[in-house]
Amino acid sequence: MSRWLLFIPLILFIVLGVFLYRGLSIDPTELPSALLNKPFPEFKLSDLKQPDKLLTKADFVGKPVLVNVWATWCPSCREEHQQLLQMAHEHKIALIGLNYKDERSLAQQWLLQLGDPYQFVIYDDKGMLGLDLGVYGAPETYLIDAKGIIRYRHVGVITAQDWQKLQGMLHG
Amino acid sequence: MAKLVPFVFAGLFALFSSLAFAAIDTYQFKEPDKQARFQKLTNELRCPKCQNQNLADSNAEIASDLRAKIHTMLEENKSDDAIIAYMLERYGEFVLYQPRLSKQTLLLWTAPAVLLLLGLLVIVLIVRFRKKTALPLTTEAPLNPEQQQKLAAFLNNAQGTPR
Repeated sequence: MSRWLLFIPLILFIVLGVFLYRGLSIDPTELPSALLNKPFPEFKLSDLKQPDKLLTKADFVGKPVLVNVWATWCPSCREEHQQLLQMAHEHKIALIGLNYKDERSLAQQWLLQLGDPYQFVIYDDKGMLGLDLGVYGAPETYLIDAKGIIRYRHVGVITAQDWQKLQGMLHG
Repeated sequence: MAKLVPFVFAGLFALFSSLAFAAIDTYQFKEPDKQARFQKLTNELRCPKCQNQNLADSNAEIASDLRAKIHTMLEENKSDDAIIAYMLERYGEFVLYQPRLSKQTLLLWTAPAVLLLLGLLVIVLIVRFRKKTALPLTTEAPLNPEQQQKLAAFLNNAQGTPR
Protein backbone atom coordinates (compact mmCIF):
# COMPACT_ATOMS: atom_id res chain seq x y z
CA MET A 1 0.00 0.00 0.00
CA SER A 2 2.80 2.41 0.97
CA ARG A 3 4.55 1.65 -2.33
CA TRP A 4 1.73 3.36 -4.29
CA LEU A 5 2.00 6.43 -2.07
CA LEU A 6 5.47 6.99 -3.48
CA PHE A 7 3.87 7.71 -6.85
CA ILE A 8 1.96 10.70 -5.52
CA PRO A 9 4.74 13.26 -6.21
CA LEU A 10 5.06 11.93 -9.76
CA ILE A 11 1.33 12.16 -10.32
CA LEU A 12 1.27 15.70 -8.94
CA PHE A 13 4.15 16.62 -11.20
CA ILE A 14 2.37 15.25 -14.26
CA VAL A 15 -0.87 17.08 -13.38
CA LEU A 16 1.07 20.32 -12.87
CA GLY A 17 2.92 19.70 -16.11
CA VAL A 18 -0.34 19.36 -18.01
CA PHE A 19 -1.65 22.65 -16.66
CA LEU A 20 1.60 24.47 -17.36
CA TYR A 21 1.78 23.06 -20.87
CA ARG A 22 -1.71 24.31 -21.57
CA GLY A 23 -0.65 27.63 -20.13
CA LEU A 24 2.02 27.97 -22.78
CA SER A 25 -0.57 28.33 -25.50
CA ILE A 26 -2.78 30.82 -23.65
CA ASP A 27 -2.14 34.44 -24.55
CA PRO A 28 -2.14 36.43 -21.31
CA THR A 29 -2.75 39.69 -23.12
CA GLU A 30 -6.08 38.56 -24.50
CA LEU A 31 -8.91 39.65 -22.27
CA PRO A 32 -12.44 38.41 -22.83
CA SER A 33 -14.88 41.26 -23.18
CA ALA A 34 -16.46 42.26 -19.90
CA LEU A 35 -19.47 43.27 -21.98
CA LEU A 36 -20.06 39.82 -23.46
CA ASN A 37 -23.79 39.32 -24.00
CA LYS A 38 -24.46 42.88 -22.95
CA PRO A 39 -25.74 45.60 -25.25
CA PHE A 40 -23.35 47.69 -27.28
CA PRO A 41 -22.90 51.02 -25.47
CA GLU A 42 -24.85 54.09 -26.55
CA PHE A 43 -22.90 56.80 -28.30
CA LYS A 44 -23.28 59.95 -30.37
CA LEU A 45 -20.23 60.55 -32.52
CA SER A 46 -19.60 62.02 -35.92
CA ASP A 47 -19.12 60.06 -39.10
CA LEU A 48 -15.46 60.04 -40.17
CA LYS A 49 -16.18 61.17 -43.73
CA GLN A 50 -19.09 63.49 -42.92
CA PRO A 51 -18.18 65.56 -39.84
CA ASP A 52 -21.67 67.09 -39.65
CA LYS A 53 -23.45 63.77 -39.56
CA LEU A 54 -23.97 62.28 -36.08
CA LEU A 55 -24.05 58.53 -35.74
CA THR A 56 -25.70 56.52 -32.99
CA LYS A 57 -26.23 52.87 -32.18
CA ALA A 58 -29.49 52.92 -34.14
CA ASP A 59 -27.48 53.31 -37.33
CA PHE A 60 -26.32 49.70 -37.31
CA VAL A 61 -28.65 47.75 -35.03
CA GLY A 62 -31.04 45.52 -36.97
CA LYS A 63 -28.63 43.08 -38.52
CA PRO A 64 -25.42 41.41 -37.31
CA VAL A 65 -22.33 43.57 -37.83
CA LEU A 66 -18.62 43.50 -37.12
CA VAL A 67 -17.33 46.61 -35.41
CA ASN A 68 -13.65 46.97 -36.18
CA VAL A 69 -11.54 49.25 -33.98
CA TRP A 70 -8.65 50.73 -35.95
CA ALA A 71 -6.33 53.72 -36.18
CA THR A 72 -3.61 55.04 -38.47
CA TRP A 73 -1.06 54.87 -35.64
CA CYS A 74 -1.58 51.13 -35.34
CA PRO A 75 0.75 49.10 -37.61
CA SER A 76 -1.17 45.86 -37.10
CA CYS A 77 -4.27 47.58 -38.47
CA ARG A 78 -2.49 48.06 -41.76
CA GLU A 79 -1.64 44.35 -41.73
CA GLU A 80 -5.26 43.47 -41.11
CA HIS A 81 -6.65 45.81 -43.75
CA GLN A 82 -6.24 43.43 -46.67
CA GLN A 83 -8.21 40.76 -44.84
CA LEU A 84 -10.95 43.29 -44.04
CA LEU A 85 -11.21 44.30 -47.69
CA GLN A 86 -11.56 40.64 -48.60
CA MET A 87 -14.27 40.17 -45.97
CA ALA A 88 -16.17 43.21 -47.22
CA HIS A 89 -15.94 41.85 -50.74
CA GLU A 90 -17.62 38.61 -49.69
CA HIS A 91 -20.68 40.56 -48.50
CA LYS A 92 -21.44 38.12 -45.71
CA ILE A 93 -21.60 40.70 -42.91
CA ALA A 94 -21.36 44.49 -42.75
CA LEU A 95 -18.21 46.05 -41.37
CA ILE A 96 -18.49 49.16 -39.25
CA GLY A 97 -15.29 51.03 -38.54
CA LEU A 98 -14.46 52.63 -35.20
CA ASN A 99 -11.62 55.05 -35.70
CA TYR A 100 -10.05 55.13 -32.26
CA LYS A 101 -8.11 58.15 -30.96
CA ASP A 102 -7.00 59.21 -34.37
CA GLU A 103 -6.87 62.31 -36.54
CA ARG A 104 -9.72 62.73 -38.98
CA SER A 105 -7.65 63.84 -41.96
CA LEU A 106 -5.08 61.09 -41.48
CA ALA A 107 -7.79 58.46 -41.19
CA GLN A 108 -9.60 59.70 -44.29
CA GLN A 109 -6.33 59.69 -46.22
CA TRP A 110 -5.60 56.17 -45.07
CA LEU A 111 -8.91 54.85 -46.37
CA LEU A 112 -8.46 56.64 -49.68
CA GLN A 113 -5.04 55.08 -50.12
CA LEU A 114 -5.72 51.57 -48.87
CA GLY A 115 -9.38 51.10 -49.68
CA ASP A 116 -12.52 51.33 -47.55
CA PRO A 117 -14.11 48.07 -46.36
CA TYR A 118 -16.50 49.83 -43.99
CA GLN A 119 -20.17 50.65 -44.43
CA PHE A 120 -19.36 53.74 -42.39
CA VAL A 121 -16.75 54.76 -39.83
CA ILE A 122 -17.43 56.19 -36.39
CA TYR A 123 -14.94 58.89 -35.48
CA ASP A 124 -14.02 58.38 -31.82
CA ASP A 125 -11.12 60.81 -31.48
CA LYS A 126 -11.31 61.06 -27.68
CA GLY A 127 -11.74 57.34 -27.26
CA MET A 128 -14.91 57.70 -25.20
CA LEU A 129 -16.80 54.97 -27.02
CA GLY A 130 -13.67 52.87 -26.82
CA LEU A 131 -13.63 53.34 -23.07
CA ASP A 132 -17.26 52.33 -22.77
CA LEU A 133 -16.60 49.29 -24.91
CA GLY A 134 -13.57 48.17 -22.90
CA VAL A 135 -11.14 48.73 -25.75
CA TYR A 136 -7.51 48.76 -24.63
CA GLY A 137 -5.71 48.80 -27.95
CA ALA A 138 -6.07 48.37 -31.67
CA PRO A 139 -7.00 46.40 -33.67
CA GLU A 140 -10.00 44.83 -31.98
CA THR A 141 -13.14 43.47 -33.60
CA TYR A 142 -16.53 42.97 -32.00
CA LEU A 143 -19.27 40.74 -33.32
CA ILE A 144 -22.63 42.42 -32.64
CA ASP A 145 -25.88 40.56 -33.26
CA ALA A 146 -29.04 41.95 -34.83
CA LYS A 147 -30.34 43.12 -31.44
CA GLY A 148 -27.17 45.09 -30.72
CA ILE A 149 -25.77 42.63 -28.17
CA ILE A 150 -22.01 42.03 -28.08
CA ARG A 151 -21.39 38.39 -28.83
CA TYR A 152 -17.64 38.10 -29.27
CA ARG A 153 -14.53 40.20 -29.01
CA HIS A 154 -11.44 39.48 -31.03
CA VAL A 155 -8.24 41.13 -29.90
CA GLY A 156 -5.55 41.64 -32.49
CA VAL A 157 -5.27 41.16 -36.23
CA ILE A 158 -8.01 39.18 -37.96
CA THR A 159 -6.49 36.41 -40.04
CA ALA A 160 -8.19 34.20 -42.60
CA GLN A 161 -8.63 31.53 -39.90
CA ASP A 162 -10.24 34.09 -37.58
CA TRP A 163 -12.62 35.00 -40.37
CA GLN A 164 -13.55 31.33 -40.75
CA LYS A 165 -14.21 31.14 -37.04
CA LEU A 166 -16.33 34.29 -37.16
CA GLN A 167 -18.35 32.92 -40.04
CA GLY A 168 -19.00 29.81 -37.98
CA MET A 169 -20.39 32.04 -35.23
CA LEU A 170 -22.64 33.84 -37.66
CA HIS A 171 -24.48 30.65 -38.38
CA GLY A 172 -24.83 29.88 -34.69
CA MET B 1 33.56 62.59 7.23
CA ALA B 2 34.38 60.50 4.16
CA LYS B 3 32.67 57.57 5.88
CA LEU B 4 29.36 59.37 5.55
CA VAL B 5 29.55 59.59 1.75
CA PRO B 6 28.14 56.12 1.06
CA PHE B 7 25.27 56.85 3.43
CA VAL B 8 24.53 60.13 1.71
CA PHE B 9 24.51 58.35 -1.63
CA ALA B 10 22.23 55.64 -0.30
CA GLY B 11 19.88 58.25 1.08
CA LEU B 12 19.73 60.19 -2.17
CA PHE B 13 19.28 57.00 -4.15
CA ALA B 14 16.39 55.90 -1.96
CA LEU B 15 14.84 59.32 -2.23
CA PHE B 16 15.05 59.60 -6.00
CA SER B 17 14.37 55.99 -6.93
CA SER B 18 10.73 56.36 -5.94
CA LEU B 19 10.36 59.20 -8.45
CA ALA B 20 11.47 56.90 -11.27
CA PHE B 21 8.20 55.03 -11.01
CA ALA B 22 5.85 57.98 -11.21
CA ALA B 23 3.83 58.38 -14.41
CA ILE B 24 4.33 61.48 -16.53
CA ASP B 25 1.01 63.28 -16.08
CA THR B 26 0.06 64.79 -12.75
CA TYR B 27 -3.41 65.68 -11.59
CA GLN B 28 -4.37 68.44 -9.23
CA PHE B 29 -7.34 68.26 -6.93
CA LYS B 30 -8.85 71.01 -4.88
CA GLU B 31 -9.65 68.71 -1.99
CA PRO B 32 -6.69 66.80 -0.46
CA ASP B 33 -8.75 63.71 0.27
CA LYS B 34 -9.49 63.38 -3.43
CA GLN B 35 -5.76 63.31 -4.09
CA ALA B 36 -5.41 60.45 -1.64
CA ARG B 37 -8.33 58.60 -3.20
CA PHE B 38 -6.86 59.13 -6.66
CA GLN B 39 -3.57 57.63 -5.52
CA LYS B 40 -5.32 54.69 -3.91
CA LEU B 41 -7.53 53.97 -6.91
CA THR B 42 -4.74 54.24 -9.47
CA ASN B 43 -2.58 51.97 -7.35
CA GLU B 44 -5.24 49.32 -6.97
CA LEU B 45 -6.50 49.21 -10.53
CA ARG B 46 -4.56 47.29 -13.10
CA CYS B 47 -3.79 48.69 -16.53
CA PRO B 48 -5.80 46.50 -18.95
CA LYS B 49 -3.14 46.46 -21.60
CA CYS B 50 0.04 46.00 -19.59
CA GLN B 51 0.75 42.79 -17.80
CA ASN B 52 0.74 43.58 -14.12
CA GLN B 53 1.32 47.30 -14.01
CA ASN B 54 -1.13 49.43 -12.13
CA LEU B 55 -2.68 52.58 -13.54
CA ALA B 56 -0.36 54.78 -11.47
CA ASP B 57 2.85 53.40 -12.95
CA SER B 58 1.88 52.57 -16.48
CA ASN B 59 2.77 54.77 -19.44
CA ALA B 60 0.37 53.01 -21.80
CA GLU B 61 -2.14 55.24 -23.50
CA ILE B 62 -5.12 53.38 -22.09
CA ALA B 63 -3.71 53.85 -18.59
CA SER B 64 -3.37 57.56 -19.23
CA ASP B 65 -6.97 57.69 -20.49
CA LEU B 66 -8.22 55.81 -17.45
CA ARG B 67 -6.33 58.11 -15.09
CA ALA B 68 -8.02 61.06 -16.80
CA LYS B 69 -11.39 59.32 -16.44
CA ILE B 70 -10.81 58.67 -12.73
CA HIS B 71 -9.81 62.31 -12.27
CA THR B 72 -13.02 63.42 -14.00
CA MET B 73 -15.16 61.06 -11.97
CA LEU B 74 -13.59 62.21 -8.70
CA GLU B 75 -14.22 65.82 -9.65
CA GLU B 76 -17.84 64.81 -10.30
CA ASN B 77 -17.93 63.57 -6.70
CA LYS B 78 -18.45 59.94 -7.62
CA SER B 79 -17.71 57.42 -4.89
CA ASP B 80 -14.78 54.98 -5.00
CA ASP B 81 -17.25 52.13 -5.41
CA ALA B 82 -18.88 53.83 -8.38
CA ILE B 83 -15.51 54.35 -10.05
CA ILE B 84 -14.45 50.74 -9.50
CA ALA B 85 -17.82 49.51 -10.76
CA TYR B 86 -17.36 51.62 -13.89
CA MET B 87 -14.00 49.98 -14.57
CA LEU B 88 -15.26 46.50 -13.81
CA GLU B 89 -18.21 46.90 -16.13
CA ARG B 90 -15.95 47.67 -19.04
CA TYR B 91 -12.78 45.73 -18.36
CA GLY B 92 -13.84 42.87 -16.15
CA GLU B 93 -12.32 41.39 -13.03
CA PHE B 94 -8.85 41.49 -14.54
CA VAL B 95 -8.65 45.17 -13.74
CA LEU B 96 -8.70 44.61 -9.97
CA TYR B 97 -5.39 43.89 -8.35
CA GLN B 98 -7.03 42.18 -5.44
CA PRO B 99 -9.44 39.64 -6.82
CA ARG B 100 -12.82 39.74 -5.19
CA LEU B 101 -13.97 36.82 -3.11
CA SER B 102 -16.32 34.83 -5.30
CA LYS B 103 -16.90 31.22 -6.31
CA GLN B 104 -14.19 31.38 -8.95
CA THR B 105 -11.62 33.06 -6.74
CA LEU B 106 -12.35 30.99 -3.63
CA LEU B 107 -9.72 28.46 -4.64
CA LEU B 108 -7.21 31.24 -5.26
CA TRP B 109 -7.74 32.76 -1.82
CA THR B 110 -7.83 29.56 0.21
CA ALA B 111 -5.20 27.52 -1.65
CA PRO B 112 -2.13 28.88 0.23
CA ALA B 113 -3.64 28.20 3.66
CA VAL B 114 -4.91 24.79 2.58
CA LEU B 115 -1.53 23.81 1.12
CA LEU B 116 0.24 24.97 4.28
CA LEU B 117 -2.05 22.84 6.42
CA LEU B 118 -1.53 19.86 4.12
CA GLY B 119 2.22 20.33 4.38
CA LEU B 120 2.09 20.43 8.17
CA LEU B 121 -0.12 17.37 8.19
CA VAL B 122 2.35 15.48 6.04
CA ILE B 123 5.23 16.42 8.36
CA VAL B 124 3.28 15.31 11.43
CA LEU B 125 2.39 12.01 9.80
CA ILE B 126 5.97 11.35 8.74
CA VAL B 127 7.34 12.02 12.22
CA ARG B 128 4.75 9.74 13.82
CA PHE B 129 5.30 7.01 11.28
CA ARG B 130 9.06 7.19 11.74
CA LYS B 131 8.85 6.75 15.54
CA LYS B 132 6.89 3.52 15.23
CA THR B 133 9.21 1.84 12.78
CA ALA B 134 12.45 3.15 14.35
CA LEU B 135 15.12 0.44 14.52
CA PRO B 136 16.80 -0.27 17.87
CA LEU B 137 20.51 0.60 18.08
CA THR B 138 21.55 -3.03 18.34
CA THR B 139 19.85 -6.08 16.94
CA GLU B 140 21.41 -8.49 19.30
CA ALA B 141 20.87 -9.09 23.02
CA PRO B 142 23.03 -7.06 25.44
CA LEU B 143 26.14 -8.74 26.92
CA ASN B 144 25.84 -11.01 30.00
CA PRO B 145 28.04 -10.26 33.14
CA GLU B 146 30.81 -12.72 32.10
CA GLN B 147 31.13 -11.16 28.67
CA GLN B 148 31.10 -7.67 30.21
CA GLN B 149 34.10 -8.59 32.40
CA LYS B 150 36.02 -9.86 29.38
CA LEU B 151 35.24 -6.65 27.54
CA ALA B 152 36.44 -4.57 30.50
CA ALA B 153 39.68 -6.55 30.59
CA PHE B 154 40.28 -5.96 26.87
CA LEU B 155 39.65 -2.27 27.21
CA ASN B 156 42.04 -1.97 30.15
CA ASN B 157 44.79 -3.69 28.20
CA ALA B 158 44.10 -1.63 25.11
CA GLN B 159 44.55 1.64 26.96
CA GLY B 160 48.17 0.86 27.71
CA THR B 161 49.29 0.31 24.10
CA PRO B 162 50.77 3.23 22.19
CA ARG B 163 49.10 4.37 18.95
